[in-house]
Amino acid sequence: MNAQQPKSIEEFMAQAYAMELEAQQRYSDLADAMEMHNNREVADLFHKMATIEGKHAAQIMEEMGWKQPPPYMVPPPFEGLEAAEAVPIDEVHYLMRPWHALQLALAAEQRAERFFAEIAMSTKVESVRKAALELQEEEREHVELVKAWIARVPQPEKDWEVDPDPPRYDQ
Amino acid sequence: MSDVATAAPAAATPANYKSAVKPVWCPGCGDFSVLSAITKALAMIGKPAHQVGVVSGIGCSSRIPAYTSCYGFHGVHGRALAAATGLKMARPDLTVLVTGGDGDGYSIGGNHFLHACRRNVDLTYIVMDNHVYGMTKGQPSPTTEPDWDSKLAPGGTKIRVFHPLVVALAAGANFVARGFAGDPNGTAAVIAQAIRHPGFSFVEILSPCVTFRPEQKEWKSLVRPSPVGLTDDPVRAARLVMSDDGLNIGVLYAGNRPAYPIGEGQQHAPVTDLEAEFLV
Repeated sequence: MNAQQPKSIEEFMAQAYAMELEAQQRYSDLADAMEMHNNREVADLFHKMATIEGKHAAQIMEEMGWKQPPPYMVPPPFEGLEAAEAVPIDEVHYLMRPWHALQLALAAEQRAERFFAEIAMSTKVESVRKAALELQEEEREHVELVKAWIARVPQPEKDWEVDPDPPRYDQ
Repeated sequence: MSDVATAAPAAATPANYKSAVKPVWCPGCGDFSVLSAITKALAMIGKPAHQVGVVSGIGCSSRIPAYTSCYGFHGVHGRALAAATGLKMARPDLTVLVTGGDGDGYSIGGNHFLHACRRNVDLTYIVMDNHVYGMTKGQPSPTTEPDWDSKLAPGGTKIRVFHPLVVALAAGANFVARGFAGDPNGTAAVIAQAIRHPGFSFVEILSPCVTFRPEQKEWKSLVRPSPVGLTDDPVRAARLVMSDDGLNIGVLYAGNRPAYPIGEGQQHAPVTDLEAEFLV
């Protein structure tokens, strides 16, 4: 277990909010990067993911009755150096297909599910345990949604990363 | 009074420090994470964007000023530290960040790097080190391994690498740290600490180049927290970085040298006087 143990429900939900914001910002950054490289299909998909994560953050604010977002904090690292739901910035490719992007989203949702499961198992604060179980269930639903989405997109072509005009002179 | 008028001002978030300009970096580039770390560090500090100046030289990483909402200056190759020193001297109230890459900072701007460390003006210098000149198609830089084989340097350069952290310590930098782009939150905390520390703070960030150095993706599994804790002894810090493999991350040195005094004995002329001096 490497998630930080929140001491109260407010602290836990602030952590969850920070996680969602981080995921939203990361998807948004990835969408911008894809847009700049004219990979519009994947850019659109990352934009959609950013919108979804933004809605999750808004949902947390509503559930907590917060009028203002909590003070900025970085979300705790989980299974590595980054927050559970953030897609690692180095796992993208400028020619990637939507199928690849959804695999990254699936891995992120699965990490988030494990993150909340671990909090639920390890916390001694009952209100945190209940909320963590709810969030774990939500993430499980997201996992299923992404899986269903993956089933609807075509598998990438064999030569998806072949660029007739590569950026490197030695390729 | 309306609710809007009575509501407490919203806390700063990283988004407050990002501009609407979209980065042109290759998808997967470590510099995206460094930009994220810088905006997070500024949110942690909470200083408004208009009280921050970001100065850079030339190169992929030197594009950062355009991607922030702070005041920015995209300067001449290797001369970012000179411009930033001038800015800080003229406007000591600003927090001044300097950004760039290993080629810009250690080769073309190497001399400025030495003397910026020595002068100890209150600046934070963030170098995104990918061991290559990425923008100009992959020439070896001062931190490129001597045996890195490429079409532009067949068989490698056979030149020993430059040790930026040791050089910074020897030249008098007051804060020395190493971060990793794959750890944007940890790096943000280091940058925030560097900004708060008085004097010249140097933060070297390992930032993989996915196009010309794809093997640097391995850094993610190799970096580790520095086994030696923070010290205020430059000799101890230098001994550590001379003998490490370049993959220990964290704050390595925070010294006690007073920052270069700004304002003492200086007279600030109004802008109109300065303009008059430039009239032909």
